[in-house]
Amino acid sequence: MKRLLMVIVLGLIGAMVFSTNVWSLGRKTVIKIGINAPITGDIPKVGEGTKYAAQMWLADINKAGGIEVGGKKYPVELVIEDNEAKAESAVKANTKMITDDEVLFIVGPQSSKQAVPAGDVANNYETPMITPWSTNPDSTKDRPYVFRGCFLDPFQGPVLANFITEEFKFTKAAVLYDVASDYPKGLAEFFKQAWEKIHGAGSVVAFESFTTKDADFSSQLSKITKSGAQVLFTPQYYNEVALIVQQAHELGWKNPIVGSDSWGSAETVTLCGKDCYGQFFSTHYAAAGAKGETKAFIDRYQKEHGYVPDDVAALTWDSLRLVQKAIESSGKITGKIKKDRKAVRDALAKIKNFKGITGDMTFTEEGDPIKCAVIVRISDKGEYEFYKSVCPN
Amino acid sequence: MDLFLQNIVNALQWGSFYALIALGYSMVYSILMLFNFAHGDIFMVGAYIGFGIATALLGFAAMIGLPLPGWLILILTILFSMFFTSFVGMLIERIGYRPLREAPRASAAITGLMIGIILETGNLALLGARRLSFPALIESATYQFGGIFVTNKKILIVLVSLSLMYVLHLFIQKSKWGMAMRAMSFDFQAVPLMGVSINKIAPLTFAIGSALAAAAGILYGLAYPVLDPYMGVLLGWKAFVAAILGGRGSILGAALAGFLLGFIEIFVAWIFPSTLRDIIAYSIILLILTFRPHGFFGQAHSTQLRL
Repeated sequence: MKRLLMVIVLGLIGAMVFSTNVWSLGRKTVIKIGINAPITGDIPKVGEGTKYAAQMWLADINKAGGIEVGGKKYPVELVIEDNEAKAESAVKANTKMITDDEVLFIVGPQSSKQAVPAGDVANNYETPMITPWSTNPDSTKDRPYVFRGCFLDPFQGPVLANFITEEFKFTKAAVLYDVASDYPKGLAEFFKQAWEKIHGAGSVVAFESFTTKDADFSSQLSKITKSGAQVLFTPQYYNEVALIVQQAHELGWKNPIVGSDSWGSAETVTLCGKDCYGQFFSTHYAAAGAKGETKAFIDRYQKEHGYVPDDVAALTWDSLRLVQKAIESSGKITGKIKKDRKAVRDALAKIKNFKGITGDMTFTEEGDPIKCAVIVRISDKGEYEFYKSVCPN
Repeated sequence: MDLFLQNIVNALQWGSFYALIALGYSMVYSILMLFNFAHGDIFMVGAYIGFGIATALLGFAAMIGLPLPGWLILILTILFSMFFTSFVGMLIERIGYRPLREAPRASAAITGLMIGIILETGNLALLGARRLSFPALIESATYQFGGIFVTNKKILIVLVSLSLMYVLHLFIQKSKWGMAMRAMSFDFQAVPLMGVSINKIAPLTFAIGSALAAAAGILYGLAYPVLDPYMGVLLGWKAFVAAILGGRGSILGAALAGFLLGFIEIFVAWIFPSTLRDIIAYSIILLILTFRPHGFFGQAHSTQLRL
């Protein structure tokens, strides 16, 4: 009985393998792009932005009749997998897309929490992957097959230090950050390093911290206010930004307050109100005051989906366009997935001065783009206005 | 010097919250000899109820086209929220604690933790993880005295807290119910024989403690206008520390220790690097408890509600 069962199972497996082979021989080569996105889970809005941007890109490709490689047009198919905003699901989704769906390229996952482990899978299977939104250095570190579409955390510190120095000619800065959270802590330290490199040791006159869940910063802010600092840098998330900025004003702080891309949520202004008007932060792109292709993308997205796209959608769009360019310049699609994956990866690594809607990009050895950050000013109506583009030296 | 005075002002505001919340811990302890670990979450519920009432009143005022002044809405919000939250407290007593009154103390303490989690996640399920912004009911005004900045909110918070504590003091010392509570805290086996039912005194204690927590929640919403379902957890723990520091069951001790805790946190963050704030602040408290294991006003095995 057992043996019979074995035979049946083996026979079925054999039939399946055989049949898929026959099937794939008979059809035309299709370029499959995998999308690993948080469609459900904690951050469904991020997943939605990813999906919409990908569908808009696909519509463009279909209109053009496919991607042209070596004088021949290939149709494109999207494989969208939900990672539920969880690390283990993102790993599963990547494995499935690489081994079952045989995708040529993976776009996503978005958050570092998923991109870091999922990038490991992609790199092990030698499948190129680009994460549009993950700013953590570990996502791409020592992984030749993993790229990203945005700048890194260590880059924002110097960018903001340079911006404040040039814009306001200030020489003394204060920093307030959450010591229990990786992102603000890292960024606060990068900023301090960069600032002291420009203005000398001791030019960060107050380097104060608190821990996650704190709501009262009066002691730290009193110290900062009396320290003679001309600007306050606080790389916090939107709920803390509201409390810090309001309390600073109540304690007599009148100078600018500057933040990082974690300020970028629309919630910042909802919670913070008028106190945040006129403050600055660095981010990936600014919707208000955009020009050229960026504006065209925003208008189109808004027309199709009814709201202004956030940075995730814009970065996903740029990442897909980068993938497209890499495929186009890879020379030839052989149909042998392993070979094609390598060719496309090499082509992407060679791309120089790519004109994206979130800025020009050139990849480094690590697969991180050299690109400019956007400085946003929160306008007197609470909108995020493009103020200046700051590029790495 | 400026910084010193400024931090006194800061600490008075911050200590008010600890004091108001610690009072609830202490009152329940003096009657039932257990710490209601859901108390921090009752504070959160009070803040959310206050948010709902304030929003409803603002909407109502806009609807009938009558611009109600902000201070009136604030007073109504505090009163209504205290009223409704006291029912939440009584409900928790009825459902969570009364069935376990004869059970081992550990079971009752665990009940508090579970009710706390239910309140947090219930709120999360009801309203989602999005933070709410507490409406600014009164126009913020900052006054400057020399180098010291004081806002009208800070003055209001400290005044309202102190007057609530004074009203509580009067209630416990002068009223018949207050006397019953004091008697109950001396001996909760003999007092029922005198015709005072524990089933009336226990809910009353929970109601008063919860009302104070609700008032703290709204004042907190004014000062730190970002509400989230877990806002009461850390504050509740720290207020619990204040209740122990004041001496278990001592109302005056809880209020004073609440302010002391606020002062220690603020001044440690001022004098030392702020990264070390909690390490140093809570080491100091540990040291105090080493030398005064029963807190400032507590006695060994004391269950007295004293003022």
